[in-house]
Amino acid sequence: MNLSEGVQIVSFVVLAALTLCAALGVVLLEEIVYSAFLLGAVFIGISGLFILLNADFVAAAQILIYVGAVNVLILFAIMLVNKREPFAPSRNLWIRRSATAVVCLGIFALLGTMVIATPWAIAPSPGPVDTVLKIGIHFFSDYLLPFELASVLLLMAMVGAIILARRDFIPEVTIPGATSEPLALPERPRELPSERVGS
Amino acid sequence: MQLYLQYFLLLAAALFCTGIYGLVTSRNAVRVLMSIELLLNAVNLNLMGFSNYLDPSEIKGQVFAVFVIAIAAAESAVGLAIILAIYRNRDTIDMEQFNLLKW
Repeated sequence: MNLSEGVQIVSFVVLAALTLCAALGVVLLEEIVYSAFLLGAVFIGISGLFILLNADFVAAAQILIYVGAVNVLILFAIMLVNKREPFAPSRNLWIRRSATAVVCLGIFALLGTMVIATPWAIAPSPGPVDTVLKIGIHFFSDYLLPFELASVLLLMAMVGAIILARRDFIPEVTIPGATSEPLALPERPRELPSERVGS
Repeated sequence: MQLYLQYFLLLAAALFCTGIYGLVTSRNAVRVLMSIELLLNAVNLNLMGFSNYLDPSEIKGQVFAVFVIAIAAAESAVGLAIILAIYRNRDTIDMEQFNLLKW
């Protein structure tokens, strides 16, 4: 990174503030659509931090995959399950929230003291490194098996997601002369409300 | 005054705790998935910091971060498909009412 140190500090502070505020907005805002867009802001801030950490390839992959695919997928899911329901108020909600906040602050304090107290073995910088070249060498030499397994995993996840999200109406299988009791599923997929009105 | 590894680790810890809070307290199922994405991003930031400061010649942390990104994409696709399926089944996305396996 050939920026001057002041520029690095300022950009780190700006990106960290953006990321933290957007993350708090994701968690705390009531409207779920605002949360989804703020999640995109979190991803963009994190990719800026990756660029500060000399990881240009992963920063580009972060923007492509997270902002381009995952965030759009989440927005589609919000639109598909867009049902404005007032959640039934549950008892002792503030006790649960405050207990969770205390636990999270405790985890943060623990991690913070660990981070500050540990003497990190900072290695001297070897100068500019071609990250794409290094990552490619790693992928095709010593991390070849995880790389191929990741492709198989993505294929399996794609098939599984399609099968899970598909709306298939199971036809009534009636075999004459046989009891169809063990073949019947106890629950079958619901029809959409619009189709229910139409029929 | 320069950037230290500790700054990035503290930022990642704060992001992780925010994600944990959202994961536990949110009642919308989609928001739970968003919190999981926050957690994975915090871990990625940690890996990047270690890769840049502790292992700058062999950047293995970036390789691990790419794997984490791939796993996160698969996880979010399958998770959203599960949410769609359970929304069709129960007609709600309230986490409090997903108690089909409870008793």
